[in-house]
Amino acid sequence: MAAYARTEQHIEVHKFHLWAVVSVAVAALLIQSFLPVYFPRARLLDLPLLITLYFGFSQRNPSSGLLMGMMIGLMQDSLGRSAIGLYGIVKTLVGYLASSFGSRIDVEHPLSRIGLTAAFYLFHQGVFNLIQRVLLGQHEVFFNSTLGIAAGVNALVAVLLFPLLDRLRLPS
Amino acid sequence: MLAVPGRHRSLTLLTFVLVAQVLLIAAQIRSDEHQVRLIRVWAVGTVTPFGRAGTWIVSKIRGTWSGYFALVHTERENQDLKEEMDRLRIRNTQLESEAAEGQRLATLLGFRDTHREAPMLPARVIESSADSSSRVIYINRGERDGIRRNMPVITADGVVGKIFEVFGGASEVLLITDKDSGVGALLAGTRVQGPIGGTGEPFVQMKYVSDDETVTVGQQVLTSGEDRIFPKDLPVGTVTEVKPGSPFKQIRVKPAAHLNSLEEVMVLLTMQESITSSKPASTASDAASGGASSTAAPVKRDR
Repeated sequence: MAAYARTEQHIEVHKFHLWAVVSVAVAALLIQSFLPVYFPRARLLDLPLLITLYFGFSQRNPSSGLLMGMMIGLMQDSLGRSAIGLYGIVKTLVGYLASSFGSRIDVEHPLSRIGLTAAFYLFHQGVFNLIQRVLLGQHEVFFNSTLGIAAGVNALVAVLLFPLLDRLRLPS
Repeated sequence: MLAVPGRHRSLTLLTFVLVAQVLLIAAQIRSDEHQVRLIRVWAVGTVTPFGRAGTWIVSKIRGTWSGYFALVHTERENQDLKEEMDRLRIRNTQLESEAAEGQRLATLLGFRDTHREAPMLPARVIESSADSSSRVIYINRGERDGIRRNMPVITADGVVGKIFEVFGGASEVLLITDKDSGVGALLAGTRVQGPIGGTGEPFVQMKYVSDDETVTVGQQVLTSGEDRIFPKDLPVGTVTEVKPGSPFKQIRVKPAAHLNSLEEVMVLLTMQESITSSKPASTASDAASGGASSTAAPVKRDR
């Protein structure tokens, strides 16, 4: 994760301590497992996705973004019932694309964070359902009102969460 | 050696990682899914201590709240409770007569006697799935407590699900609302049978009920015992919506158990065998309901 500044495009690449990245990812998975027990509506949240997006947007390195997405996705698979690799594939793609977007457009502004997070959430669910359909023969609806609400909720949480995670950035 | 251009390196890596994961999924489809059990055992073993700690902290916070801070409102509550008690006294008189009737029916159906003899193990819900597409919970009882796969999990309100995976000190419960879940069920009163299937949503669906059958909103749905997992006559839910279909009705059922706010559940430690064998009144229940019903099915301990 080399730190450098692409001054010609005014896009800054941010660095993080490895322990911070790992801790945040693990904490997201733990909270994702624990929170719905007491707050059922927390099921709408996909914290591992938000973490994948955040580090993808910040690090802006497609290789590290996709590897991080893969690790988070595989851990999510291992804590659920889906075939191991299902979330892995989706979050690999999300990590890759988020990193690519992060290096091209401004992802620091709250409005762009809201829009991108909602769009990535719907993309994530769409690809997840597509893989389920193609590889596992399970037919799921591609869009319904719950998905729309969940996309909005995740986008709003992202706007609150990302500034907190910004504090973990190493000074450039 | 062929050099890969820098900007293509990430695309190459992406392709490799995706192909590897597709092959991993394909391997799980081709072979027994329990080949990946070891990964899940490690993952669940790592996470459950945190879940237990979290549950403990939440219960302590709640205890502190109810034991101290909530006392601030005690005086007001006391006044409210006195008023409530007056209302309840009147209501109690009405209910006593209804309860007497209910008691007679319960005895007739043998339902209460059946469940008194069924050994149950209370368990606390410590986590849910990190995978938002599935409806599973984890409980703090596992192989060491005598939990085995396919054991029914219930609450006082109704059916919750079944044990899907057993770990050392924890178990995974597949809720009836999960897409892969199924429960043998029947409609109370008419005894029309049809499996209940999860939808991944908070409600479940009753399938394969002919369009010719009469189904009404508000009708109770009970377990039929045909799935060889759940004992007969446990409440599954209530019919909330009925749509005509061809050839089967589309019946939406609201689960009786509050699956969105489960904190404690009961695991029936015996399979259907001991419950049905200790249930001489099952035929009486069928006779009382006036319809044909399923017979007790043999025990099946594994999926």
